[in-house]
Amino acid sequence: MFINLYSYKYNIMNKEYYNPNDLKKFGEITTWSKELGDRFFEYYNKVFDEGALSSREKSLIALAVAHVVQCPYCIDAYTKDGLQRGIENDEMMEAVHVGAAIKSGSVLVHGVQMMNRHDQLSM
Amino acid sequence: MIKKSLKARKSELSKTQRQLDILSNSIFKKGVLPTFKEKLESHKISSFQPKTLKILQINIGYMCNQVCAHCHVDAGPDRKEMMPPDIMIKCIQTMNDAGVETVDLTGGAPEMHPHFRWFVEQIRKKTKVKEIIVRSNLTILLANKKYHDLPSFFVKHNLHIISSLPFYRKNKTDRQRGSGVFNTSIKALQKLNAAGYGKPESGLILDLVYNPSGAFLPGDQNALEQDYKKALSKDFGIVFNQLFALTNLPISRFLDYLIASENYEDYMTTIVEAFNPSAVANLMCTNTLSVSWEGYLFDCDFNQMLDLKVAVDQPHINQLDVKKLQNRNIQISQHCYGCTAGAGSSCQGSLT
Repeated sequence: MFINLYSYKYNIMNKEYYNPNDLKKFGEITTWSKELGDRFFEYYNKVFDEGALSSREKSLIALAVAHVVQCPYCIDAYTKDGLQRGIENDEMMEAVHVGAAIKSGSVLVHGVQMMNRHDQLSM
Repeated sequence: MIKKSLKARKSELSKTQRQLDILSNSIFKKGVLPTFKEKLESHKISSFQPKTLKILQINIGYMCNQVCAHCHVDAGPDRKEMMPPDIMIKCIQTMNDAGVETVDLTGGAPEMHPHFRWFVEQIRKKTKVKEIIVRSNLTILLANKKYHDLPSFFVKHNLHIISSLPFYRKNKTDRQRGSGVFNTSIKALQKLNAAGYGKPESGLILDLVYNPSGAFLPGDQNALEQDYKKALSKDFGIVFNQLFALTNLPISRFLDYLIASENYEDYMTTIVEAFNPSAVANLMCTNTLSVSWEGYLFDCDFNQMLDLKVAVDQPHINQLDVKKLQNRNIQISQHCYGCTAGAGSSCQGSLT
């Protein structure tokens, strides 16, 4: 049962688009474009500092957005971040529902456009 | 929920050598992750030695009324190891000889030791120790009638109480420490408050310990303390002094959990990547000496549970030589990454 060794090295035989180990290598994006990468991470870290919103609130927003943009790396990162901050599972799920509500609302509100177009084209 | 210690279950992981093998092999042997020694060397720390001894942490026995899922001691009701009185007397002598400032009594549940109260009284009577800490699991205060007067005993001897409460809500606490533990802990905290503990004007210190209920690191200690204070005050009218955020070290039952839940490698990677060199100088092993129930000496309680005795010829309290101890190298293995991760971790919380 004990321990399947994993490797940090990118496995060229890996046929999956998403590899959990790639999250640990996020910082490496700077190697191909240092200035832009550095500026991005500086901005990214600054965004999550305590401000008008607490870091805890920002973590929950990030979790909701992570689901809306369906980023598995971000879901992994901000679930762990939430646990570390003592955010409870019901709070996390409510945040996901906020994201889901906006996402589904954004689909449904286009129904008005459909209705408008329908009525315009119909006798 | 587990009901017995690893030892009672005859688990392979109850053997310290097996734990040390796991911590030294796999990802560390393959070079995927640096060993703790290699990590120190990469930060130009070639030897790792103690500073002045200030704290004598005495584990007076492994018996406990709880069987917590993360317990690094593998304590429980089935553990019968208890410090004999002659070792307690030797500990008192050591407190005087070494000029110890703080005595930190731990277990198991130290209050379950039949000579616990006598030991505390002797320390107060025969030494100049400034502070006596008791690591109380809270539920023991309500476990049996004979323990119900413990709060007044704590007050009488001005003991500093440090208690684990993994979270300020029921579910997470009970998952880690057993069904019903949260409600009983709340009642015990209310009893301690009623005795004056945790109230700013009383001088009676009540600190709480948070440790993550899973394979992740603790968050910011100050932020968690604010959340705890707000929630415990609002929901139960409870006050306390400080919150200490502790990292779970990958030994004993927590190691067992990490392996069984297939989190071991990710957790080790997390604590290695979170290595904080500025935490090294303040590690508790630099000013603490840990004594086992048999009188053996260790750099910390975690090393005690891995049977990594202090690196001197005779690592026993009966042959204690303070000067030789000062010159020893501290014993390390990969579990030490737990104390240097993030803000650092010790029995007194964050290090940086």
